Amino acid sequence: MAKTKRKAVKKKAVRGYVGRPMKRVEDPRLIKGIATYVDDLKLPNVLHAEFVRSPHAHAKIKAIHTDAAKKHPGVVGVFTGADLNDKVGAIPCASPLPGGKSPEHTVLAGARVYFVGHPVAVVVAEKRAIARDALDLVEVDYEPLPAVIDPEKALEKGSPLTHPELGTNVAFTWSLPAGDVDGAFKKADKVLKLRIVHPRLTPMALEPRGCAASWHAGEASLTLWTSTQVPHLIRTLLPGLIRIPENKLRVVAPEVGGGFGSKLNLYAEEVVVSHLAIRLNRPVKWIEGRRENASATIHGRDQIGLNEVAIRKDGTVLAIRSKTIADVGSYCQLLTPAIPTLTGVMLPGCYKLKAVRMDITGVHTNKMCTDAYRGAGRPEAAYIIERIMDLVAAELGLDPVQVRLKNMPKPAEFPFKTVTGQLYDSGNYQAALKKAQELAVWPKLLKQRDAARKAGRLFGIGLSTYVEICALGPSKAMAAGGWEWGCVRIEISGKVTVITGATPHGQGQETSFAQIAADKLGVPIEDVVVFRGDTATAHYGRDTYGSRATALGGTAIVMSIDKIIEKAKTLAAALLKSTSKKVEFKDGRFFVKEKPKNSIGWTQLASEAYIAKNLPPGFEPGLEASSFFEPSNCTFPFGTHIAAVEVDRDTGQVKIVKYVAVDDCGKQVNPLLIEGQVQGGIAQSIGAALMEQTVYDESGQLLTGEFMDYAIPRATDIPDFVLGSTVTPSPSNPLGVKGVGEAGTIGSTPAIANAVVDALSPLGIRHLDLPFTPERVWRAIQQKGGRP
Amino acid sequence: MNIPVKIRVNGTLQESEVEPRLLLVQFLREACGLTGTHVACETSVCGACTVLVDGKSVKSCTMLAVQADGSEVTTVEGLSHDGKLHAVQESFWECHGLQCGYCTPGMIMTAVQLLERTRSPSRDEIRHALEGNLCRCTGYLHIVDAIEQAAKKGGA
Repeated sequence: MAKTKRKAVKKKAVRGYVGRPMKRVEDPRLIKGIATYVDDLKLPNVLHAEFVRSPHAHAKIKAIHTDAAKKHPGVVGVFTGADLNDKVGAIPCASPLPGGKSPEHTVLAGARVYFVGHPVAVVVAEKRAIARDALDLVEVDYEPLPAVIDPEKALEKGSPLTHPELGTNVAFTWSLPAGDVDGAFKKADKVLKLRIVHPRLTPMALEPRGCAASWHAGEASLTLWTSTQVPHLIRTLLPGLIRIPENKLRVVAPEVGGGFGSKLNLYAEEVVVSHLAIRLNRPVKWIEGRRENASATIHGRDQIGLNEVAIRKDGTVLAIRSKTIADVGSYCQLLTPAIPTLTGVMLPGCYKLKAVRMDITGVHTNKMCTDAYRGAGRPEAAYIIERIMDLVAAELGLDPVQVRLKNMPKPAEFPFKTVTGQLYDSGNYQAALKKAQELAVWPKLLKQRDAARKAGRLFGIGLSTYVEICALGPSKAMAAGGWEWGCVRIEISGKVTVITGATPHGQGQETSFAQIAADKLGVPIEDVVVFRGDTATAHYGRDTYGSRATALGGTAIVMSIDKIIEKAKTLAAALLKSTSKKVEFKDGRFFVKEKPKNSIGWTQLASEAYIAKNLPPGFEPGLEASSFFEPSNCTFPFGTHIAAVEVDRDTGQVKIVKYVAVDDCGKQVNPLLIEGQVQGGIAQSIGAALMEQTVYDESGQLLTGEFMDYAIPRATDIPDFVLGSTVTPSPSNPLGVKGVGEAGTIGSTPAIANAVVDALSPLGIRHLDLPFTPERVWRAIQQKGGRP
Repeated sequence: MNIPVKIRVNGTLQESEVEPRLLLVQFLREACGLTGTHVACETSVCGACTVLVDGKSVKSCTMLAVQADGSEVTTVEGLSHDGKLHAVQESFWECHGLQCGYCTPGMIMTAVQLLERTRSPSRDEIRHALEGNLCRCTGYLHIVDAIEQAAKKGGA
């Protein structure tokens, strides 16, 4: 199979960085092994923290014996909930729903433990190895209680309760009634039913979490280094919890080894480590182990949906009615309740549904909390609607492509308002579908399937025409601001400093933001440095999640540069003995139109602006501007993914024979980085489709607690992809960009699922739940007798 | 009781007294201050800690420092010489073979070993060689591209 093809782009001299596949400026430190992740920090006199964690899913804590651990040489202290919980605030949920019920989320367990991995006590020692040794010396007397594991059973009468004091396992309910649902179902020729299970997934960023805190007693201020996507959200939330003022806290996200939503949170360990650094007046560091990461860092997905679909004979999908159970785990973390609501909002996908009703019940169970994992509610929505499209086609004997085309809005209908209230900013879904079919050589692929079936082989083709919601998002829709901040400074030497409040952590915005700034200022990209991830330099920010950094953070930089250019025109006018209205700016030079050869560049202007001997009256020295960009709308990237698979009838093994993706993320700043995001997203999606599932047994033991048991794709699992794109600029921001961080994860799983079900369809199989492990597929084949 | 070890790391002799249980990766990170070698799984599955011991790639989270006594160890920090990147490092950069960078040092060391054994591996051979290294960001394809490119350029 051909490897991913990329068009060669000729290098230009200085201008025109945007749109070019440029290699990254952040890479040299990473490929040399000299980057600084949290665990690489060297803090003088540092102490090491390790957490005692519950081995039970649900138990009463009868006693905690810490004496032996405290006496262990090198141990500085052992702290339990009784020592700590009243000294710090509880872990917040930023997205509670009205009427929701969740218990106070104390940083360490109180009278009970609620999940395997629940932190019960923390040991602080001079060395990490000593702290680990001392963990074994902390004895906890547990009285095991019945655990709530199955979210459906949790709703039955007489079920044990995750949190007995709440009197219910229901964490929240939420309804989205949109359009005339009953009317649509009355008009339907047919009603289809589809139960869909979205398995629980573990994000498994390669770098586990970790943090280190240092108390500066003289200034009464704290620095927290933490492996997070959201240093600014932490700076907003943490000060109240550890009882210091916001302006006495600096949060630094140093190099971060992957997040995928799992580091979009404020975690108990960050609060405990910060508190202990103050309490012990010494730096404290904690590095998560892989088993801790699998058990006590958020999980994703885990929804069960009963979907009813109202359809017409011609393939028109009128309405969807969905009753969804979301297994939220033991507590609500930062965005837990918001995730399934996003599924409801995006349920119509890229189709003109007349009505949608989604009723969500969030259920507490004795498991780790679910929260945002790459896609965060949107992969679930895309999966439901794209499975439905194939089901409709199968039911009516129609072509899945035609069913999709029949229900899509036409390009002229944009901006397109969905029945759930979203205004899709721009789109041409038909063009992406057409291009994907061309790249897949569709007629040939169909012939290949026919030939395989004639030979008795299980060969299937699946497609997914997805749309997602990105660039989150207008502040009115967000808990604490949906804007982004950026600052640009022309230094006295003429070099350019860009500071972004978005916090990229591997996506490459140190490069793509430099491309944007260099183009806009007309300077060589080598003169631009981008800073991120430190609240002491990036004063404001709402960070990186929901594919928002370039659309929002990039725009804040553009706005700041516009302000600087306006200001610089005044100074240039004075130096050119003209007026600012007559001064023009092009390619990094300021000049009066009639005398373009008599021009001034940034180096001279910056020098004048800071040395300040020749400033016009009233001109404020310096060349710096910052901006908040408040978007008017989200962006709605889209695309078509096509998968062809072959299933081994004897083993149930699914092999991806062909994979084509056409993604439209609006204007492209750096196609190389976009390709990387798409490839990585598809790979995670292949994991979700074929191998990944977080498993707790009936007693609540986590069976997928490390890479030995939780399978993420390896290099041999990922075939070469054929990638393409269409470009439909977004009107929601001046860059015209939409976001691409989650596209692969959203568009891909349904394409693979549809292909697998298509492959199995000669056996009479209409649906199969994820993941399509060999065992599950083999059993499904066996149930149908193994032969078509 | 601590045990004396002598390990030549990236050409420099490191002499130290270590606990018998100290892992090679901890020795490299803590005693030698070479933090390019990462820990991500602690069970030898993910390969982020891959280094070369006497020329063979080894997962340094499952080898004790005392087992490496008398050995020559090369870490990612030892690959570039006189400011010039190793061909594999160069090609990872060119091909966008990394995103968060956490698995990258292990990936690079594995690739170096592969190219020392096989001059022009096929894409499937490259994939096979990477089976012991996990990456959650890239989807591996740019890594395979990078190793293919490094091979074409001569590998070292």
